[in-house]
Amino acid sequence: MTARGDSPYALSHLDALESEAVHVFREVAGEFERPVLLFSGGKDSVVMLHTALKAFAPAPLPFALLHVDTGHNFPEVLAYRDRVVARHGLRLHIASVQRFIDDGRLRERPDGTRNPLQTVPLLDAIERHRFDAVFGGGRRDEEKARAKERVFSLRDEFGGWDPRRQRPELWDLYNGRHSPGEHVRVFPLSNWTELDVWQYIAREGLELPSIYYAHEREVFARSGMWLTPGEWGGPRDGERVERRVVRYRTVGDMSCTGAVESDAATVDRVIEEIAASRLTERGATRADDKLSEAAMEDRKREGYF
Amino acid sequence: MSISSTTGITGIATEPAAATSLLRFATAGSVDDGKSTLVGRLLHDSKSVLADQLEAVEHASRDRGHDAPDLALLTDGLRAEREQGITIDVAYRYFATARRRFVLADTPGHVQYTRNMVTGASTAELALVLVDARHGVVEQTRRHAAVAALLRVPHLVLAVNKMDLVDWSEAVFARIAEEFTAYAGSLGVPDVTAIPVSALAGDNVVTPSAHLDWYGGPTVLEHLETVPVVADPTGDPARFPVQYVIRPRTTGHPDYRGYAGRIASGVLRVGERVTVLPSGRTSTITAIDALGTPVDVAWAPQSVTIRLADDLDVARGDLIAPAADAPEPVRDVEATVCHVADRPLREGDRVLLKHTTRTVKAVVKALPSRLDPSDLALRPSPGALSANDIGRVVLRTAEPLALDDYAASRSTGAFLLIDPADGTTLTAGMAGPAFAAASERPGPAAALPATDDGWDF
Repeated sequence: MTARGDSPYALSHLDALESEAVHVFREVAGEFERPVLLFSGGKDSVVMLHTALKAFAPAPLPFALLHVDTGHNFPEVLAYRDRVVARHGLRLHIASVQRFIDDGRLRERPDGTRNPLQTVPLLDAIERHRFDAVFGGGRRDEEKARAKERVFSLRDEFGGWDPRRQRPELWDLYNGRHSPGEHVRVFPLSNWTELDVWQYIAREGLELPSIYYAHEREVFARSGMWLTPGEWGGPRDGERVERRVVRYRTVGDMSCTGAVESDAATVDRVIEEIAASRLTERGATRADDKLSEAAMEDRKREGYF
Repeated sequence: MSISSTTGITGIATEPAAATSLLRFATAGSVDDGKSTLVGRLLHDSKSVLADQLEAVEHASRDRGHDAPDLALLTDGLRAEREQGITIDVAYRYFATARRRFVLADTPGHVQYTRNMVTGASTAELALVLVDARHGVVEQTRRHAAVAALLRVPHLVLAVNKMDLVDWSEAVFARIAEEFTAYAGSLGVPDVTAIPVSALAGDNVVTPSAHLDWYGGPTVLEHLETVPVVADPTGDPARFPVQYVIRPRTTGHPDYRGYAGRIASGVLRVGERVTVLPSGRTSTITAIDALGTPVDVAWAPQSVTIRLADDLDVARGDLIAPAADAPEPVRDVEATVCHVADRPLREGDRVLLKHTTRTVKAVVKALPSRLDPSDLALRPSPGALSANDIGRVVLRTAEPLALDDYAASRSTGAFLLIDPADGTTLTAGMAGPAFAAASERPGPAAALPATDDGWDF
């Protein structure tokens, strides 16, 4: 555990961040009745799950996973998700956007993106299963509204976030008290950056969905991003499919998650690439955050994670 | 669409992948003393403002009719903040250099946001206080220092900004540094570093200034990179609040019983004799598991799981400490507090007290005094504490607490008061005697010149 440093008691920054995340998981397990961990198969939720497993080892994870499936997820990611669940003997709940569309409770948006539609099935699952704490992999470095987020974030009975009424969060004394119907979103990786996540993945030797590493695939250009063609709605007229060597920096709905051109095929090469990058991961690959200046804040107010 | 472009990098060359240690720090400064500029320059020159963020800020600034990019838009992330041009809440920023990674708590600028200042300072290992070289140490500077002292932030940096406007005068800097260091010393602040800078031009923020050739010390960033943040934990008594009891009851681990927690202070060793509080039973540590690796020794702030030789009744909320150096559990608590809720705190209020992993019922027996922020004197019998007030409280708890003085431990000396009705966080508490400034200045002091009406941290 000892890092390079002046003191034999120094912790490396990764050990410090890991220790903090584990502390958060254990606080929630100690204080809440029905926590659940949001798991998308993306790198942040992979790191979150890994630290959670460490926090309670050698006992099994004392909570289940919840995946909000947009219906437009990358097949490689769904396969990865199911492998992980089987390997660790986890319990997985799935909230399906497609089912909500099929039975008329949600309507497809004209632009085809399903990312904002995840909020309704998510809140439905929270209410139906009476989850009182929901772990999310959100990091404060991702986005300016997330930079304002608490580690323990109280949500009202509609799942809404009110940034002006957040509880002050002092020391590591997290206050998870809430009224019936309310729940708390918990972000154990709040203080991690994209680079921290990748360095931790390298250190711990974690497997990720293959689309995080450079590979050749069919893509087409839209709004300055390389998108994957599919039944979700692309390419349209005038959009040309071509084969390029790309990788993904984030994993989300296919309709709004863009690939970046990259030849980084290993974790070490990805770390080099991110360290030199001049774009944030969301700036590079997320269309939904570009909808307006406060797009993330507005979605979070509605109950988005 | 490519992310490997390397154009546009200015300032120092960075290799964040090599950074190993982590420094948490908070900034303090009033609206016009250049805090945003300094933060913006630290972020920009350490390559932490990326092209798309800068582009978004430039775009938003143009929409608002500004000539130049308004770097405050980098940290003012909320719709209301951008609309009103003010900072409402703490923003956490992250940046890295080759030597260290940083978590910066950037907090808002007015007396009504003291709670946010306290929030930012509670986890900070260093506070960066800005003053305007033309004005020197003002009332607000004293408040910043006082709150850093109250929260026991170990390192204080005074950045004397706008040196370009005082002709880079060594005498001006020396006078301000001396006055501030003496004042901080009277508050019990152990370590003060004063640095002359011009944030606007970037002098001495990241790169040394040619204008300040009389100054032989570090730039702000050099100091942030090199300040020692790892104290030797062997000098502190070990404190291990039990968070969670791990009992797998699986075929592989039928008899495993581990106590999971984060070491709050000090060092724990296998073979050590320990006491479990509040029961007072003793046992011996037989194993320490540091997240997958069995170790013989572990220290704060590691999250570990420990096992004991005896099958004691140990639960969440208990505290494990060396048998030879365990705190005496108490039910009467005296503390300095910062009230953070909108509803006031009154004598007789029934509250919940959260201390480490233990939450107990408590009653507010007395409110002996309130700190007057204008002269830092304690005024007796305030009757109630309102939002952002700092004062003294006397509490009686329903169950004993293994509480240390906050002066001895920022972790096991801190607590929250919580409204039992709706869970609102009411008050941030620091157990023990009043802090140096207030105890030494009990009466009404001579009025200080009121050069500003706000403070931030």
